[in-house]
Amino acid sequence: MAVLNEEQTMLRDMAREWADNEAPVSAFRKVRNAAPTEGYDTAAWAEMGQMGWAGIVVPEEFGGSAFGYLSLGMVLEQLGRNLTASPLASTAAAAAAIALGGSDTAKAEWLPKIAVGEVVATVAVDEGPNHDPAKIATSVSDGLLTGTKEFVAEGDSAQLFVVAAVDGLYLVSGDTGVTRSTRKMADFRSHAQVTFDGAKAEKLGGPDLTAKVIDLATAALSAEMLGMAEQAFSVTNDYLKTRVQFGQALSTFQALQHRMAKMFTELELMRSAVEGALEAIDAGRSDTDQAVSLAKAIASDALHLVSREMVQLHGGIGMTDEHDAGFYLKRAYVLETMWGNAAFHRERFARLNGY
Amino acid sequence: MASAAELDAPVNPTDAFRKEARDWLAANFPPELKGKDNAMSAIDGPTELSPAEAQWKKAVGEKGWGVPAWPAQYGGGGLGKAEVRVLQEEMARIGAWNPIGGMGVMMFGPTLLEYGTEAQKQEHIPPIARGEIRWCQGYSEPGAGSDLASLQMFAEDKGDHYLVNGQKTWTSGGQWADKCFALVRTDKTRKHEGISFLLIDMTSPGVEVKPIRLISGSSPFCETFFTNVSVPKGNLVGREGEGWTIGKRLLQHERSSLSGGGSAARMFAGKPMGALAREYRGTDEAGRVNDSDLRMRIVRHEMDSRAFALTLRRAALESRSNQGPSAATSIMKNVGARITQDRAELSIEIMGMNGLGWEGEGFSEDELNQTRTWLWGKAVSIYGGSSEIQNNVIAKRILGMLDHQ
Repeated sequence: MAVLNEEQTMLRDMAREWADNEAPVSAFRKVRNAAPTEGYDTAAWAEMGQMGWAGIVVPEEFGGSAFGYLSLGMVLEQLGRNLTASPLASTAAAAAAIALGGSDTAKAEWLPKIAVGEVVATVAVDEGPNHDPAKIATSVSDGLLTGTKEFVAEGDSAQLFVVAAVDGLYLVSGDTGVTRSTRKMADFRSHAQVTFDGAKAEKLGGPDLTAKVIDLATAALSAEMLGMAEQAFSVTNDYLKTRVQFGQALSTFQALQHRMAKMFTELELMRSAVEGALEAIDAGRSDTDQAVSLAKAIASDALHLVSREMVQLHGGIGMTDEHDAGFYLKRAYVLETMWGNAAFHRERFARLNGY
Repeated sequence: MASAAELDAPVNPTDAFRKEARDWLAANFPPELKGKDNAMSAIDGPTELSPAEAQWKKAVGEKGWGVPAWPAQYGGGGLGKAEVRVLQEEMARIGAWNPIGGMGVMMFGPTLLEYGTEAQKQEHIPPIARGEIRWCQGYSEPGAGSDLASLQMFAEDKGDHYLVNGQKTWTSGGQWADKCFALVRTDKTRKHEGISFLLIDMTSPGVEVKPIRLISGSSPFCETFFTNVSVPKGNLVGREGEGWTIGKRLLQHERSSLSGGGSAARMFAGKPMGALAREYRGTDEAGRVNDSDLRMRIVRHEMDSRAFALTLRRAALESRSNQGPSAATSIMKNVGARITQDRAELSIEIMGMNGLGWEGEGFSEDELNQTRTWLWGKAVSIYGGSSEIQNNVIAKRILGMLDHQ
């Protein structure tokens, strides 16, 4: 756990308590069963808005708290532990795009509403099943944006889209020329294809801003992955202590102890890499891109390991829908793929390091 | 004369010390030794010191700054944590290094300061602080490695002295050591409670040392035989039967020094893997390292190293802030070992046959070193508690998993 200041400690403890009490995995199961279009519990999201979480990366002059990315990451980590469904990660990334962008009217109009959770926003970049910001065909002509974005997180409910076009980032706030088509996926969260056909768009910045916002969104996602991995590991460890086979608790078998020790080791490295990326963003470091690729690659590998072991070590019960293990496994794979999988980020890391 | 602004400026207590350290280093560190620290010296044994090296070692030894945090009354520096940090920063700034080291500094000294009598501290600590005495560790035996409590070397009570008989093995630097801190059995009927912590002079009659040649060609370890060796009662540290407790405490010092920042710093010394690969393997038309599979394994290694460096930093920050020791410290030895070994194997793969030279013509010094480093590196996952033992510690102490009944 990074060294936190008093505000951050309070925020983390509050988020943890809230997620454990108000939005545990059983709450996610209810959402899954009820299957609302938006993919999350709107009442829970309203509470998050009241607690100011969507405003953590919004400047104070626009109603946010400007606590920074390590703080946002800590909240997302707590939500990740409990698989709490919310549009927080997407909305925060979109807020960052607006705050960093060059449109004062957009800032004044949208940031205060985002900060209190009144508006759900998202960032739409990819145009295929794999993250590839180099292959963007969406273009803007006379202020009208045209293109199709695939697998847009919270695409079903977002009122505001930050959209990557060939020449940079745009804000699309209206409904005209916007068509959504739900993609039902393994993690039961909201992912939609969003088609923009001459939608009115306002420019936020050039390709540099696009790259920067993708890094922020990726780091935030890595924090959610950290919480998930931590909890999947902890649940598995508890299970091994209670499950008896051959007259012994499973946790007494050295082969299993060493597998758990290996996972614990990877989790510690994952925490360092994820917190390192969030701190790099907060410090405005010039090698933030490398830190983010490091975090996402390590987080993807570690969560992959822990989520599959969670199913394996639970044995048959881990294969049942009744158990939570499947929820972690399915969400893990979606997050591993989103914003570039481990292979994508290793390739990028190599390029950034010149080899 | 100081300006009014300077007089009003708040005084940071470490600023004064920084100036003191800087001045002293400027006066005493021979600039020709900059960055010339030999990381392999502990393995290769004592080498003859150049006049500059001897002078530097003497100066640091007399100042007590080789062991800056130890009490000044026993020849240490008597510095606080913040001052030690400043001293390290100032040394790093000019490429200076600590010439005082070895097992006396890393393991035995801190343990004796905690458990020794006043007389024992007065006798043994100052020579360690000056780097005059080499200590070796008499722990492992042929039948007691990872299961150390099975040790058999026996110290029989003869009234005013102990009569010691038995064998130790993997005695690091035994052939160069002046003294040995050993775990011996003083009671054959009890396992852990029958062990005592004894200091043995290696020049005593009946001590015989046989170096063990390793796969790397070097002989950093010895088999050590003790036949009717007489050891004064005053050389018992702590109470009889308390050796296991003291010995474990010493292992904590060992592990923290094995997994500390020093090994990480060495990891990043020399060429980055990517640069090495470009040099030996060339690049494709897109400027990427030839052999995409190797390139990706280099990336994995670099990322692993980077995450490890971040973990070392995080653990240090966490233990400094009042959060207590970080759980992350328990993974350091295994991750450090894995990175060291991966790095060596990748380097050889990059260099091809040039990375496997043993001696003589046709190889650069770096290439020959690479072969040695690779083979020696196989030991890092075995000594100081093997990777399996480290995993047991994580499983039991941190994860609360249980022993098999």
